[in-house]
Amino acid sequence: MSDSTTVSPGPAPVAGSGDRRSRMPSRGGRRRRAGRIGQVHPLVALLWLAPALALILGVVLYPAIKLFDASRGEYSITGLRKGDAGWDNYVKVLDHPDLGTVLRNTVVWVVAVVAITIVLSLALAQFLVKSFPGRRFVRWAVIIPWAASLVITSQLFVLLYDYNYGIINHVLLSLHVIGTPIDFLGDDSWTMFSMVVVGVFVSLPFTIFVFIAGLGAIPDDVMEAATVDGASPWQRYWNITLPLMRPALMIATVLNVIYVFNSFPIVYTLNDRNPGYLHDTTITFMYKLAFKSQEHDVGMSAAAGIFNVLLILVVVGIYLKIINWREETSR
Amino acid sequence: MSTTTAPAPSAAGTPAPQGDPTARNRDPKRRKRILMAVGGALVAFVFVAPYLVMVLDSLRTSSDVKSTPPSFLPKVWQWDTYAQILGDERFLNWLKTSLIVATGSTIIVILVAIPAAFMTARHRFPGRGLFLLVVLVTQMFAPTSLVVGLYRQFFELNMINTYGALILTNAAFNLAFAIWILHGFFSSIPLEVEEAAALDGASRWQILRRVMLPLTLPGLVTATIFTFIAAWNEYVVALTLMIDDDKKPLTVGMRAYITGYEQHWDQLFAASVIAVVPVVILFAIIEKHLVGGLTAGSVK
Repeated sequence: MSDSTTVSPGPAPVAGSGDRRSRMPSRGGRRRRAGRIGQVHPLVALLWLAPALALILGVVLYPAIKLFDASRGEYSITGLRKGDAGWDNYVKVLDHPDLGTVLRNTVVWVVAVVAITIVLSLALAQFLVKSFPGRRFVRWAVIIPWAASLVITSQLFVLLYDYNYGIINHVLLSLHVIGTPIDFLGDDSWTMFSMVVVGVFVSLPFTIFVFIAGLGAIPDDVMEAATVDGASPWQRYWNITLPLMRPALMIATVLNVIYVFNSFPIVYTLNDRNPGYLHDTTITFMYKLAFKSQEHDVGMSAAAGIFNVLLILVVVGIYLKIINWREETSR
Repeated sequence: MSTTTAPAPSAAGTPAPQGDPTARNRDPKRRKRILMAVGGALVAFVFVAPYLVMVLDSLRTSSDVKSTPPSFLPKVWQWDTYAQILGDERFLNWLKTSLIVATGSTIIVILVAIPAAFMTARHRFPGRGLFLLVVLVTQMFAPTSLVVGLYRQFFELNMINTYGALILTNAAFNLAFAIWILHGFFSSIPLEVEEAAALDGASRWQILRRVMLPLTLPGLVTATIFTFIAAWNEYVVALTLMIDDDKKPLTVGMRAYITGYEQHWDQLFAASVIAVVPVVILFAIIEKHLVGGLTAGSVK
């Protein structure tokens, strides 16, 4: 950031900063650009940022340190620290017989949910920017899964999917799509599919709204020019809309990857009755290691948690690159 | 992509280039609009349907929820489930926790986010970019990934089963959104407004309180509602830290309606309705500003 070099020299401006600001306009054109945004002494700024920093350091960074700390310790089943474990917990995670399954599930879960969400949202956003009677109500309806608690939605789907009482099986049976009910949550070949459906359902609203915003930012005259040049609707979509939607697409993809990766309630709730780790992702795997398995192994769970944090950091790095983050957040 | 200026291009757009539609081609146009309205209704139905089932199930008897074959409408409309759970002390305790935690987190977030957003949006100082980067990174971290660390921290502080632990966690992890949204609103206020106040001798604090905050009311409302809802819906941390039944929030507590011993589906869904409906209404109010806040850092 260039501020460090442009901070105006002179007496410590802490106390007199108010005066300095009020004098700014009289300095005329020479200082106009710098004067438009108030320069403050870093200590004054720190004072205003202190509460936010305290909260972030105390409840985000400190738990991250505790997580690392726990990953290097050996714990009893009741959660008491027995001693140092070095890197043993990491080795135990990497040697865990279910790790392969869990990693595969995570990849399938994230890729399937994000890909399907993006494709469906593109179509739905395209539809929802058109004007038609009742559009407002449709947009409100689309919001619901976003606003509702994920656990409640997940519990709801547990019942909707039910083998005997579920409305989904009932409708499919009545329409003769299937001959016998499907055990959506109990049949191993269906479980991931059923989870992905719910994952997409709750990811759609945010993604649709990002795309609606992206579509709104495409200038009308570009489209009109293409129409005048005789481009068909599909040509316009492929050659103009999609390329101009690139930033929105990138942002929606990366943010969804993070949200879906972090998503706990859906996988946890829909799998509640299934033993073992057959349908778990790395997040629920980590949780169960500490709080729900026979082992109750805090250290191992923490090690798994560190792997999760590293993965998220990689994705955040990609995100920063995509949005072209520079330290100087211009204006 | 600029989200806040989205409506501008269409407003400045030229009028329909093809001139007035004649009576002949107005009819197909109308048919198209009707078709689209029907399509819209279908889309809306898909998104509403599961929650419609939730409302209907809250009005059935518990045995009717689990009947084969399932029926779309309740066999008996049972309205007193709501009265029942509202008189149930367990439910009231969960509701109390949810209200205390959501309100507490929201107050902290707003009080902490306002000065930070005002400082970063209207001033320049060394480290500003770094601070905004830290905020962006925390936005990406759901408490889920740190839950074991959070548990260890509050275990050692002897804060398991306390409202304080949940309030602090929710406040910390929702701070980023509030800072972004307020940052955006503060930045959009013309500098002249602030300069005029400064000329009148107002201090930075007075400028914030008397001039800036009243002008950023929509941003404040958005940040408040969003934080409240996020804390209200939070699950993993509450599931981990709140072990006593009477300290659990709604999202965690209501699972007790369905256990191996008792199955009160009607009560589960009535509780769900109470937890979901107010929040959806609040969410609809702030819909316009949400995307900008969540993709902030990329919009600037």
